Amino acid sequence: MKENIEKIKDPIISTRNLSIAYDKGNYAVKQVSVDIKKNSVTAIMGPSGCGKSTFLRAINRMHELYENIETEGEVFLNGKDISKMQVIKLRRMAGMVFQRPNPFPTMSIYDNVIAGYKLNGIHIKKKEKDEIVERSLLDVSLWDEVKDSLFKKGTFLSGGQQQRLCIARALAFNPKVILLDEPTSAIDPVATSKIEDLLVKLKKNYTILMVTHNMSQAARISDYSLFMYLGELVEYGKTKNMFTNPKDRRTEEYLTGKFG
Amino acid sequence: MVSIKRTTIRDHAHRRILKDKLIFGMVIFLSMVTISPIILIIAKLVINGFRQISLNFIIQNTPGTFEAMTAVANGELIPGGIANGITGTLLMVALASVIAIPIGVVTGIFLYENPGKFIANLTRNVADILQGIPSIVLGLIAYIWVVKGITNGFSALAGSVSLAIMMLPMIIKSTEETLKMIPQTIKEAALALGVPYYKVILKVLIPTGFSGLLTGILLGISRIMGETAPLMLTALGSTVVNFDISKPTSAIPLLIWEFYNDPNMVSLIWSSSLLLMGVVLLLNLLSRQLANSSI
Repeated sequence: MKENIEKIKDPIISTRNLSIAYDKGNYAVKQVSVDIKKNSVTAIMGPSGCGKSTFLRAINRMHELYENIETEGEVFLNGKDISKMQVIKLRRMAGMVFQRPNPFPTMSIYDNVIAGYKLNGIHIKKKEKDEIVERSLLDVSLWDEVKDSLFKKGTFLSGGQQQRLCIARALAFNPKVILLDEPTSAIDPVATSKIEDLLVKLKKNYTILMVTHNMSQAARISDYSLFMYLGELVEYGKTKNMFTNPKDRRTEEYLTGKFG
Repeated sequence: MVSIKRTTIRDHAHRRILKDKLIFGMVIFLSMVTISPIILIIAKLVINGFRQISLNFIIQNTPGTFEAMTAVANGELIPGGIANGITGTLLMVALASVIAIPIGVVTGIFLYENPGKFIANLTRNVADILQGIPSIVLGLIAYIWVVKGITNGFSALAGSVSLAIMMLPMIIKSTEETLKMIPQTIKEAALALGVPYYKVILKVLIPTGFSGLLTGILLGISRIMGETAPLMLTALGSTVVNFDISKPTSAIPLLIWEFYNDPNMVSLIWSSSLLLMGVVLLLNLLSRQLANSSI
């Protein structure tokens, strides 16, 4: 199995024997050891219930929200053990974007972008706030669309715009890594392609780790792909290689649509 | 053959249409029956009470029996108003809200956060039971606790405590239900930004569900505003405006009861009821409006 896992030098994220169980002994993620390359787009693929989301959430410790969850093994972000980091610092370094766009309904577009600062009670100057808002919205190519309505509610935007707003909210903290949990599954095709372009653009400054159900999306935008099945990491390597020449039979069957 | 079949089909169609009309007529009729009491009540109150309503009615205290008797004998309007009742109701409702809202909202949050826990289920059931306790019993309890125990006499505080206990289960329920309506994803969004749990509740969940919370509170207020029985045992009543919470205090529903018992003041019943009903109706409409505008 080892030969199916690509070795990466200077990874930004690495997991060592990471196992996660929702109930005792019922593992959703089994012994996953993987290194994620800096400034790349890495797609996590696999059929429903294979532990993709759980694995992703383990990286910023969002999985700890579930009761009775048990985690074994280690996760390193930027060389540091995340279990020893403060949650707020960890989540500032690893921003997260969810399946459904979830801007805060009570906040304006402006406040949504700096929500991380506002809600945590981090005081920054007005000028700095303006800069963060402009930079983050420019990064997600939303600035031109909303610059005249920054103080309108974020929920007035279209689904695709809302999702880009949520990405901007994650970017506002200037994270190292952006974790995306099927970010386009609730969004129309045109908005999806905008977000895909955006992710490719963002990898210059950030590392992107994305769960996706959509194989063609993984093929279009990811540099590396990770295939999981029943909680195990089956195969990990350059997307091109994996799609043209999968090493594991299960990967091949999934990619050719035999299951999943 | 064919023509026979056609007639039978047509017969059935005719019967179905007739049935449909009959049922529709019944629905309309029963709806009318349902809404007619409220229309009749409002009409009666307006017709009988409107004459008495004036500025004086709101800013003056209740008249003495003798004054009222003379006025009625001379065919004039009864002088004076129900300022003591209005201020008493406002004072006691405000105090009851101050007691019940924080406790109710915090309990509601607790129930929302720990849905399956034993203590939460127990609390929820107790709140349900509390809602079913007759209000006169709550008055009795407040009498024992506050009138006998704290203020050594009938007082606004005792009235407020009994009203607060009535209001509590409503606020607990509405808080829990409102928070349940907020999508889990909103909570996740805040947590993914590293926001500590208590700040997620204070700065995200409560503002997001604010109109829902307010709806519950307004409904609770409109409910306790008309309560009479517990106040008879606790606040007792007063002929003057009183803002001292340790003294007996009047309230609009208490005054209505007093007017009912005094043959000279009967016409004040209608105007007081009209005022009370108007305020309660307004609060209900307002909370409805808020509920519609919430997510």
